[in-house]
Amino acid sequence: MSVRRTAATGWRVLTQLRRDPRTVAMILVVPPVLMLLLRCAFDSNVLLFDHFAPILIAIFPFVLMFVITSVAMLRERTSGTLERLLAMPMAKLDLLLGYAVAFGAVAILQVALVVAFVLGPLDVPIAGSVVALSVFAVLDALLGMALGLCLSALARTEFQAVQLLPAVVFPQLLVCGLFAPRDAMAAALQGLADVLPLTYAVDGVTRAAATSAWGGGLIEDLVIVALCIPLALGLGALTLQRRTS
Amino acid sequence: MNSVEVEHLEVHRGGRRVLTDLSIRIAEGTVTGLLGPSGSGKTTLIRAIVGVQRIFGGSVRVLGLPAGSAALRPSIGYLTQAPSVYRDLTVRENLQYFAAVLGVDGARVDRVLTEVALDAEAGARVDRLSGGQQSRVSLATALLGNPRVLVLDEPTVGLDPVLREELWSLFHRLGATGVTLLISSHVMEEATRCQRLLLLRDGSLVADATPDELLRRTGQSDMDAAFLQLVRHTGPAA
Repeated sequence: MSVRRTAATGWRVLTQLRRDPRTVAMILVVPPVLMLLLRCAFDSNVLLFDHFAPILIAIFPFVLMFVITSVAMLRERTSGTLERLLAMPMAKLDLLLGYAVAFGAVAILQVALVVAFVLGPLDVPIAGSVVALSVFAVLDALLGMALGLCLSALARTEFQAVQLLPAVVFPQLLVCGLFAPRDAMAAALQGLADVLPLTYAVDGVTRAAATSAWGGGLIEDLVIVALCIPLALGLGALTLQRRTS
Repeated sequence: MNSVEVEHLEVHRGGRRVLTDLSIRIAEGTVTGLLGPSGSGKTTLIRAIVGVQRIFGGSVRVLGLPAGSAALRPSIGYLTQAPSVYRDLTVRENLQYFAAVLGVDGARVDRVLTEVALDAEAGARVDRLSGGQQSRVSLATALLGNPRVLVLDEPTVGLDPVLREELWSLFHRLGATGVTLLISSHVMEEATRCQRLLLLRDGSLVADATPDELLRRTGQSDMDAAFLQLVRHTGPAA
């Protein structure tokens, strides 16, 4: 591993993003716009919106980062640049961490914007800690990024990469407690929810939004989500083959 | 001294045998041409030498080490057929990134830009360049790390005769400094510029000779005819 290579990769990925202003605009503008949309949809039931808003602060960055990274990594695979980099003195982690640094920086910006929008113009009351909520949201974005890096190995084309969203992300959204409380779900689904990382991400933001105390449950959620990121990056490293058939 | 030693190499791709019992040696500081009809296994052999191809049997050694060894990575320059650079970055940004990965300085970036005659395009985005210019960006990247072994898959495709001429003199200059070059090509006229030629057909070696020997053996006066005769009439590896 080398700081020079990781930094160079992060800078390169950011430069590529800068060349694609539409993607940057989508990353930054889409979450606040979706929040506004939802606020209007719940116009006569603002209390319900106030309940969902903090959860969505965590979910939107997760989904967006997942899609963007899985496509970016797939591009790296299909353009031959991945093979070139792996034929150079480059550690796989240099590459993955380079992506993590670049997209992590973007995620912080994205979360800052959506949090500011929800607290300001949309005036959602947050009883808990805004800092804890933001930390969770950034971790969720990084988790989405790490899963995207890792699972992009399953896709051969950009069509397939986009299909990973309904295949991998939707099931997690359905059982994570967003739509129905987890203890009201079938036992098998509860078991599934217990092993999916997004469950802890949603649980964490809900707690963070509700109380400013760094209680046991919150720390546990934080640790689990934080550990899933290097785990997914490690699995991602395994999918980078220097030798292919 | 041999830079590349391939012994009884066998490679399968997609359930098909692509290379069969292939043995070759490439001497240090030589320019060797790799010829053969499309589908004959040229790219697969190149990938095996670079160490990115999973092999089924036999062995490939480069500079005395098994192909693909981590210790070899700084010593091999590899040009793939399709330009493998970032299309949304400029020429210079591409080279600066790969230079950082390789740990070479900015002066080296300027040097390779001159060598592939791309100084004027340094600030242009790769996807705005012509096909020939894009493949030269890729070639410049392969040259960046001062490799001792340079493996080039069709480096002169889409180039006009003047540029082709310039690149071939660059290849010979590099060879004269001790760099070993293996260059695949479809253009038979280019074969005459190589010191040695390897001719593949259906994954087997049908000739390993100097251009003159090849002409003499086939009794032909030009490379195209010699190539056609070897590809059509020769039996298994000579």
